[in-house]
Amino acid sequence: MDLSLSTRTVGDRTVVEVGGEIDVYTAPKLREQLVELVNDGSYHLVVDMEGVDFLDSTGLGVLVGGLKRVRAHEGSLRLVCNQERILKIFRITGLTKVFPIHTSVDEAVAATD
Amino acid sequence: MPTVELLFSALPEHVRTARLVAAAVARRAGVDEAVLDEVRLAVGEACSRAVGLHRSSGVDTPVRVLLTEDEKKFSISVGDEVPVDGAAVQAAVPSARPESSPDEAETTEAEDEGQMGLAVISGLVDDVEVIDGENGGLIRMTWPTTAP
Repeated sequence: MDLSLSTRTVGDRTVVEVGGEIDVYTAPKLREQLVELVNDGSYHLVVDMEGVDFLDSTGLGVLVGGLKRVRAHEGSLRLVCNQERILKIFRITGLTKVFPIHTSVDEAVAATD
Repeated sequence: MPTVELLFSALPEHVRTARLVAAAVARRAGVDEAVLDEVRLAVGEACSRAVGLHRSSGVDTPVRVLLTEDEKKFSISVGDEVPVDGAAVQAAVPSARPESSPDEAETTEAEDEGQMGLAVISGLVDDVEVIDGENGGLIRMTWPTTAP
């Protein structure tokens, strides 16, 4: 698969580091990971997109699904992304208003709003 | 007559193949380097939508992508073979395709993603046409090219 995933905990947050391309073929793998984390009781997630080369609407759908799942448990899902080409699809769809997007994992992990 | 024609089985793993071919042909045709990310994303969305439609309707013919280089423009047409109920032609909104899949929740999810895909395409590309016909649909996207 063209997608790499790794997780680590930082305090009460779980950081999911994503690498490669998130598209219709690889997005289910990310969805599975997010579902598993929530099922295991991790409700405060930080998805680090700095290593992502490509993101399409299927990927956005998976992130939205993840957000809904954690919110059902009063949790949070934050993103780390500085790449303009990835931020573009969030802007076009208006999802920059839905996801907190941070410039670093440290910042995302420390955020409390 | 298209510069390059690509036919691929309606499988998610081949959407990336279509993106790579489209970017290569676009670059060759003189589409600005800065715009290539947009081409990749737009063709990926159109192909993902076609794949989703084929799978949810049980159509096992391939998805067709035509890449055409003209004098001042480059266009990509992604065609699917999922018939429309009653040949309704709608502009930027996905048509009402018959829901033949037994798993209705899955069909609705594929349609939702198809709609998000169209929204992304129309937000990205200035020149888009969505055509629905009796035998299937077509999304045509066009970009300007610079002279060599």
